[in-house]
Amino acid sequence: MATDKVSAPYSRAIEVSGLHKSFGALEVLKGIDFSVGRGEVVCVIGPSGSGKSTLLRCVNLLEEPTAGKVTVAGTEVTHPDVDIDRVRRRIGMVFQSFNLFPHLTALENLTIAQRRVLRRDKTGADKVARANLARVGLSDKEDSYPAQLSGGQQQRVAIARALSMEPELMLFDEPTSALDPELVGDVLAVMRSLADEGMTMLVVTHEMSFAREVADRVVFMDGGVIVEEGSPERVVGDPQHERTRTFLARVLDPAAAEVGEVPDTGPSGKRVDR
Amino acid sequence: MSLSKRQRTRVIRGSQYALLAAIVAVVALVADWGQLRRAFFDVGIARELFPGILATALVNTVLYTLLGFGFGLVLGLILALMRLSSVPPYRWIAVTYIEFFRGVPALLVFIALGFGVPLAFEVALDQYVTVMLSLGLVGAAYMAETIRAGILAVPKGQTEAARSLGMSHGRAMVSIVIPQAFRIVLPPLTNELILLTKDSSLVYLLGLSLGQYELANFGRDALNEYKSLTPILVAGLLYLVITLPLGHLVRRLEARTAKAR
Ligand SMILES: Nc1ncnc2c1ncn2[C@@H]1O[C@H](COP(=O)(O)OP(=O)(O)OP(=O)(O)O)[C@@H](O)[C@H]1O
Ligand SMILES: [Mg+2]
Repeated sequence: MATDKVSAPYSRAIEVSGLHKSFGALEVLKGIDFSVGRGEVVCVIGPSGSGKSTLLRCVNLLEEPTAGKVTVAGTEVTHPDVDIDRVRRRIGMVFQSFNLFPHLTALENLTIAQRRVLRRDKTGADKVARANLARVGLSDKEDSYPAQLSGGQQQRVAIARALSMEPELMLFDEPTSALDPELVGDVLAVMRSLADEGMTMLVVTHEMSFAREVADRVVFMDGGVIVEEGSPERVVGDPQHERTRTFLARVLDPAAAEVGEVPDTGPSGKRVDR
Repeated sequence: MSLSKRQRTRVIRGSQYALLAAIVAVVALVADWGQLRRAFFDVGIARELFPGILATALVNTVLYTLLGFGFGLVLGLILALMRLSSVPPYRWIAVTYIEFFRGVPALLVFIALGFGVPLAFEVALDQYVTVMLSLGLVGAAYMAETIRAGILAVPKGQTEAARSLGMSHGRAMVSIVIPQAFRIVLPPLTNELILLTKDSSLVYLLGLSLGQYELANFGRDALNEYKSLTPILVAGLLYLVITLPLGHLVRRLEARTAKAR
């Protein structure tokens, strides 16, 4: 197929132009233009309902854009002939609600798509899975079911699951918003180490300290448009727009959570039931 | 009358007990216990029923039920997926099938397959196949609706996570959604198994050979032989031997599901 030149060279990991998305009569994205370079970490911030999740989900076509063009790792995903399953393998996604597969153990969560999609054999898939569980500090949890893990552990397994497909870029949709405050640090630490290793990341987050310390660029969205974007120092430190200032004043008011260190393998305690 | 509310309640309850005691006393005095015992539970007859009723009848009841359940489960899953299909004709076919087979008596389906098909098509279906088809066709209609509800009960995030890993729609269904759906519908499916156990007695219609007798047929046959209701009672008790543990299992499964929520 002409549209899945997997190894074609590309300069921009994500390129979005003229993106519109409506749900019925509700226009949620009103013309978005932006791009993410290879190895870049971009944080998207903005008030609830501004369309951040929708933008992220348009990148891997979990939502079908109403108009506009989205190109990911050299493949135009909005092209009618695209084999979206092939493109999605190269895009890791981490959800606010983890979405681990509850009927599978942590290890099986990491191997199922490797086996079924990439057709790796069990030995190979297990090896990749174990390496990624180790990477998020959860080697001792490979036989645990999601319900037996804390929220923070579940989210780290979810990150490891996405990494096991060896994606070229990662999308994060508020990965720490569903977590108890004391579990946020472990997840952010994993994300920070990923960024340090050069992973391309597009992160929707309310964690301003993470955005400030890890992001190469911050995008502020409101009402379905990008209001401003730039370096974290500029957007978070010295916002140009009134709407940005109002938003930041609100989210920065409570003492911002610290970005934690790389987690040890010890459990963080609390069990979280779905 | 100056009875307080509480006293009145007590009087009413007392008279209910009195009435019950009176009825029991009358029945005990009037009834011919010897006759009743001979009719319903003649130990001699009951003893003669064994082990045939276990080795043939009980085994066949279980076998027919499982054949029907297995076929119904597969067909029910296919129907559930058709019902959820984005292709409208598939949905129409599934809906029509489900409405039809839930609406007509199972008895009619047995007659159609047991007598109608062999006459109309001049084929002789194996009895076990007839039973499997008849029970399965009816069971599938109920199971399809149950399975569909189970599939819909799996959170949308599960499909999204699967698709975001590059799984196709079908692969996500097979590996992620359907296994979870079956966990959710395990209790109602077990209930369906109980209903099928009882419906398997309709096999009685088909005129089976001795070796193919299931509990109802066996009981009916022995009734003619012994002129006693004992075989019917024993057959009924043996149905309970199957259905009561299954019912207990359903409640355990339901409790487990409730706890996992
Ligand atoms: N599937 C859908 N159907 C209809 N409306 C939707 C759907 N998904 C999102 N919306 C609407 O689109 C708007 C933007 O939603 P979106 O989830 O993108 O916002 P967000 O910026 O991620 O907000 P939050 O910070 O609360 O997650 C909201 O008004 C939401 O109600
Ligand atoms: Mg959102």
